[in-house]
Amino acid sequence: MRRSACASKKTGQTNSTNPISCSPSDLFRSASSKASSKEMERIDNLFYFYANRSSGMIDPEGIETLCSDMEVDHTDVRILMLAWKMKAEKQGYFTLEEWRRGLKALRADTVSKLKKALPELEKEVRRPSNFEDFYSYSFCYCLTEEKQKSIDIESICQLLDLVLGSQFRSQVDYFIEYLKIQSDYKVINLDQWMGFFRFCNEISFPDHSNYNPDLAWPLILDNFVEWMQAKQS
Amino acid sequence: MESKTIDFERGWDHVYKGIKQLRRILEGLPEPLFTSGEYVMLYSTVYNMCARNPPHNYSQQLYDKYREVLEEYITSTLSPSLRGKRDEFLLRELVKIWVNHKVMVRWLSRFFNYLDRYFVDYRSLPALNEVGMTCFTDLVYREVQTNIKDAAIVLIGKEREGDRIDCSLLKNVLDIFVAVGMGSMERYEDDFEADMLRDTGAYYSRKASSWIEEDSCPEYMLKCEECLKKERDRVFHYLRSSSEVKLIEKVQHELLVTYIDRLLEKEHSGCRALLRDDKADDLSRMYRLYCKIPRGLDPVADIFKQHVTAEGTALVQAIGAASNAPGVQEHVLLRKIIELHCKYMAYVTDCFQNHNLFCNALKDAFKVFCNNTGTDSSSAELLATFCDDILKKGGSEKLSDEAIEETLENAVKLLAYINDRDLFAEFYRKKLARRLLFDRSANDDHERSVLSKLKQQCGEQFTSKMEGMVTDITLSRENHAAFEDYLRSNSAAHPGIDLTVTILTTGFWPSYKPCNLNLPTEMIKCVEVFKGFYETKTKHKKLTWIYSLGTCNLSGMFDQKTIELVVSTHQAAVLMLFNTSDRLSYSEIMDQLNSTHEDLVRLLHSLSCAKYKILSKQPDTKTISRSDYFEFNSKFTNKLRRIKIPLPPVDEKKKIVEDVDKDRRYAIDAAIVRVMKTRKVLGYQQLVSECVEQLSQTFKPDIKAIKKQIEDLITREFLERDEENPNTFKYLA
Repeated sequence: MRRSACASKKTGQTNSTNPISCSPSDLFRSASSKASSKEMERIDNLFYFYANRSSGMIDPEGIETLCSDMEVDHTDVRILMLAWKMKAEKQGYFTLEEWRRGLKALRADTVSKLKKALPELEKEVRRPSNFEDFYSYSFCYCLTEEKQKSIDIESICQLLDLVLGSQFRSQVDYFIEYLKIQSDYKVINLDQWMGFFRFCNEISFPDHSNYNPDLAWPLILDNFVEWMQAKQS
Repeated sequence: MESKTIDFERGWDHVYKGIKQLRRILEGLPEPLFTSGEYVMLYSTVYNMCARNPPHNYSQQLYDKYREVLEEYITSTLSPSLRGKRDEFLLRELVKIWVNHKVMVRWLSRFFNYLDRYFVDYRSLPALNEVGMTCFTDLVYREVQTNIKDAAIVLIGKEREGDRIDCSLLKNVLDIFVAVGMGSMERYEDDFEADMLRDTGAYYSRKASSWIEEDSCPEYMLKCEECLKKERDRVFHYLRSSSEVKLIEKVQHELLVTYIDRLLEKEHSGCRALLRDDKADDLSRMYRLYCKIPRGLDPVADIFKQHVTAEGTALVQAIGAASNAPGVQEHVLLRKIIELHCKYMAYVTDCFQNHNLFCNALKDAFKVFCNNTGTDSSSAELLATFCDDILKKGGSEKLSDEAIEETLENAVKLLAYINDRDLFAEFYRKKLARRLLFDRSANDDHERSVLSKLKQQCGEQFTSKMEGMVTDITLSRENHAAFEDYLRSNSAAHPGIDLTVTILTTGFWPSYKPCNLNLPTEMIKCVEVFKGFYETKTKHKKLTWIYSLGTCNLSGMFDQKTIELVVSTHQAAVLMLFNTSDRLSYSEIMDQLNSTHEDLVRLLHSLSCAKYKILSKQPDTKTISRSDYFEFNSKFTNKLRRIKIPLPPVDEKKKIVEDVDKDRRYAIDAAIVRVMKTRKVLGYQQLVSECVEQLSQTFKPDIKAIKKQIEDLITREFLERDEENPNTFKYLA
């Protein structure tokens, strides 16, 4: 499990670059191709269309507008996937750098192109080689405060449903039920989050025949399995 | 001696005459023995025939003649006498001719001695003695070896059945087997011992199979012991000592190993029954018999453990079920457990020779039921209460000093079986504090002896705080003397009341809730004066006052007579309020005192609803409510001049358990970090077992608690899970 995506600071600092000049850290210093600099211009313009004038970033309002323009619900998982593609640091905000990164990778410089790119993006994310990274990213993305290391149960339940619901429906349903009735934990940390992913992939469900509590599974999963076994008997 | 060459024929003639003479002597014919002169002549003749240069050197011929003579002697005289003889007769005859043969060889060798000195070595030929032995072996031994072996074994068998046999005969026969080996035990072992052992095995196998059916376990064991003793005697009397180990092993195998399960499990007389009926002798015998057999004691120790566990568990259940009066029943339980422990410890020491297996069996058994009292209180608490009862004044024991020491010693021994040792320490500390502070300790020596026993059993760290507490009390007394000096030499310092302050070092004593009680002015003055004194002693330490632990002697001016009331400081604070007001409501008292509701209810209850009603309450109900009113009960009286108004202590049990749990979390945390710091990378299961090991002296940690702490350490970024293997952890520096 990689910490790289989350270990960095959570201040959501913007690189409020001057939109006109390109700074040396600009990732898109391309060759002198007129087509690509035209594309860059369109991407930047699109950014400023949705961005908040004073902060220089796309804020939650802007994202909502973008979503309705794409005819996608703003709570849709594909928005989270988009954020992942952009490597966005702060939930609900996109910086110019992140925007450029994502749209360039998706080869989209208009809203309709962006919308068309979404199915392909989803396929990419769901590839096993990427999905684990996306899964851990989605956790870190929800850590809004500086030094925050865990997420409250309510939010975790929503996140689980969003991220894993389609793939592991029954595991997610049972686990959410359990999370809501247990009182040992009020928050979930990254280790437990990733542990659940491993659980879904490795453990046969719903019999748990190959689950061994003597191994280093997170305690919450030991308790979850115990609870399920008690329910089933 | 003349040195001249001698003709072979003539020389041999002379020697042969001597040989014939020798044979006649051996046959028992009247023949004079050799004189030394005759002997010297014979020797010289041989010498002359050998100490020459060729062609007059007849060493080889003489060497050959030597052998010839012997062979002839054997075949013509010795062997014939053996033919046709059997059994014991054969043995006797064999011994006889063996003796004869030995004499012949000895004398011949002396005659031919010169050959031994040079020729034999020079030609690397066997020495004359060896030649003699070889002749005997080839011509006599080989023919009869099977028969004599069988005859010997038959004799042994007879002896086993109770007949008397000729032991020295057997010994001599076996000496022949050994001698024939010429330095090695091979002949003895292959030609005799192997079959003897086989026969022994068959014999005891037969016996065992019938004994095991007919005899009880003790009877069988007695027989075994006897058989083993007899076999050892056999070795002593005629067998070679090298046979002992193999023989005993064979016998043990047939008698004890083969039937071990049937023997131990015999319904009415087996191991369990022996334990039940306290048959110490039989158990000692069982130990003696099985301790030499590899892993022979394992099943015995196992049965012992099961038995003790069953007894202990039954005891706990019986007392748990019968209980009605709390406190008493628990006391009884511990007494009984101690008795059980002494009883079975005696078995371990006396019958089982303090063998490791049995010490551990006892320990494991006690661990099973000592931790499960079946009551609300944990065994740690019960044990602490038990000790408290003995150590406090007016404790339930009216025993002699020795009896008390013994009981305490046994109680401390039980601590080894209790998992929650740290919980015991906490309870003990709390009770010790009460004993020390309220002067309820019956005997200083006993207190100190218990602490030293605990230290011995559990280590210095276990008792360091408690010892600190005892030291504090001693120091406080010294301190008090200094305080009195200070008062005398400082006229401005005048507390107005007799004041004694006990200073407690924070780390040693249990933690107490600080309180913000409003004291009566008289007491405030005392506090100030003492503070002044203390500042002269040290400026570096801070005093926190715990009034809940203090006591106060008040004079109650009742109508009939003045009675001295011994109360706690809090109770005194309440009562002093009535010096200035006749009647106070609950809330007024509350305001003036600044106490908590919980505490106040307790205080007022002790003064108005309990045995001694110092205050009268309106309404006169049994419980305190916030709407009550209180007045000084001037009508109160008692035949005593001085009474103690007890204030029942708050039940601290829950808090103690919580405190210990918290300490355990820290201890687990520290243990995990310690282990990971050393190992750097470690698998989960190993980490857990090393932690359990580290903490085992103090308590038995819950595996889930360890897991929880590991996760906590991951969150705090002390550890991380290995990327490749989620069951392995890495230490993050």
